[in-house]
Amino acid sequence: MNSDWNKDLKVTFTVQDPCQLVRKSLGDPIAEDLRFVVKAVVGEENFIDMTPNRSNNFCCGGGGGFLQSGFPEARRYYGRIKFEQIDQTGADYCITPCHNCHAQIHDMKEHYGGKYHSVHLWTLICLSLGILGENERTYLGPDLAEVNMLS
Amino acid sequence: MASQVIEIKRSKEKTFKDQVMDLLPEGGNLNACLTCGLCSSGCPASGLENMDPRKFLRLAVLGLDDEVLNSNWAWMCTMCQRCIYACPMKIDIPALVFNVRNRWPKENQPKGIRGSCEMAFKNETCSAMGATEEDWRFVVEDVAEEVRDTQPGFENLQAPMDKKGAHFFLNQNSREPVTEPDEMVPMWKILDLVGADWTYGSKGWAAENYCLFCADTEMWEKNVRIKAKAVDDLACKVLLNTE
Ligand code: SF4
Ligand code: SF4
Repeated sequence: MNSDWNKDLKVTFTVQDPCQLVRKSLGDPIAEDLRFVVKAVVGEENFIDMTPNRSNNFCCGGGGGFLQSGFPEARRYYGRIKFEQIDQTGADYCITPCHNCHAQIHDMKEHYGGKYHSVHLWTLICLSLGILGENERTYLGPDLAEVNMLS
Repeated sequence: MASQVIEIKRSKEKTFKDQVMDLLPEGGNLNACLTCGLCSSGCPASGLENMDPRKFLRLAVLGLDDEVLNSNWAWMCTMCQRCIYACPMKIDIPALVFNVRNRWPKENQPKGIRGSCEMAFKNETCSAMGATEEDWRFVVEDVAEEVRDTQPGFENLQAPMDKKGAHFFLNQNSREPVTEPDEMVPMWKILDLVGADWTYGSKGWAAENYCLFCADTEMWEKNVRIKAKAVDDLACKVLLNTE
């Protein structure tokens, strides 16, 4: 696994620290592990951290059942901080290693008109390994739609 | 102009906050607030429903139980625990919120959450989207077969089901098999590549548990026990929770 595919492309990435994984369970060490993997996959020079991060990260607003509770306006008000955090990194992609984060961050991009894409970590691992198939690219933007295609 | 003094009448009975304190280790430190406001300034839910975490705690401490128990804000705090992280006294406001949710009559709880909690018991799959064992088996096998037929290098890709004694029991959020099955494939490929000894289960495979969100501790436990039994029945050593 390496980041050669992104050497010339220079597509940039940030990462969401899921509350459930980091602050609420395994703490900063797992946040470091997450960055280790992300940097290995996308290239250290193409990674931009959002601030604050790790255990001090803001919740995306998809947690606690907020995505299903029927208060979409409140949920997006809550998530505005997260949206701006991601937006200010200028990254092309936000990696979201949690189901709720993925759905919420994707929704806010649509709602607030962001330029980033939200993508699962497993998608990028497979992309870097050259084993990501055509049907597994739903959340990739046009810039990566064809890159390192399994053939 | 002097502002009016508000008198709060308190009965001798335990307030809601006292009852919650009885449940929490160290009482969740709910009496130790310095009113510094660090929690509120770093909480994305501040301002919703004219509420913020410090205010919510103050209302509880003052015994204004009706305000606390009836505020929709309990559904807008995501229980993310950032306030605890920031709080000098480590006050467990999200646990207070959890217990408020717990007190809401079931029929008044947000339907999306309540319904998903109950739906999980329609099948032994625990799927909040109501996916059955048959749906699940079919979609996994269908997707795996398509990968085997069309993707070079993965002619032998397996997504094992009910493989007894496998080391890892992998679960899956229902959203994938139900709405975007192809999203399961990258994970299978990674497991295949590293030679992991893993399996899905036809029972208890759905990762989600909405009973946690409506703070229904009994139903939550019931859900967890079904899942634990599914793992034990297959004699798997490790449950890999994908969420
Ligand atoms: S951060 Fe802690 S001490 Fe400060 S107001 Fe909030 S609950 Fe009270
Ligand atoms: S747990 Fe609730 S009150 Fe505390 S920071 Fe998160 S949303 Fe705000």
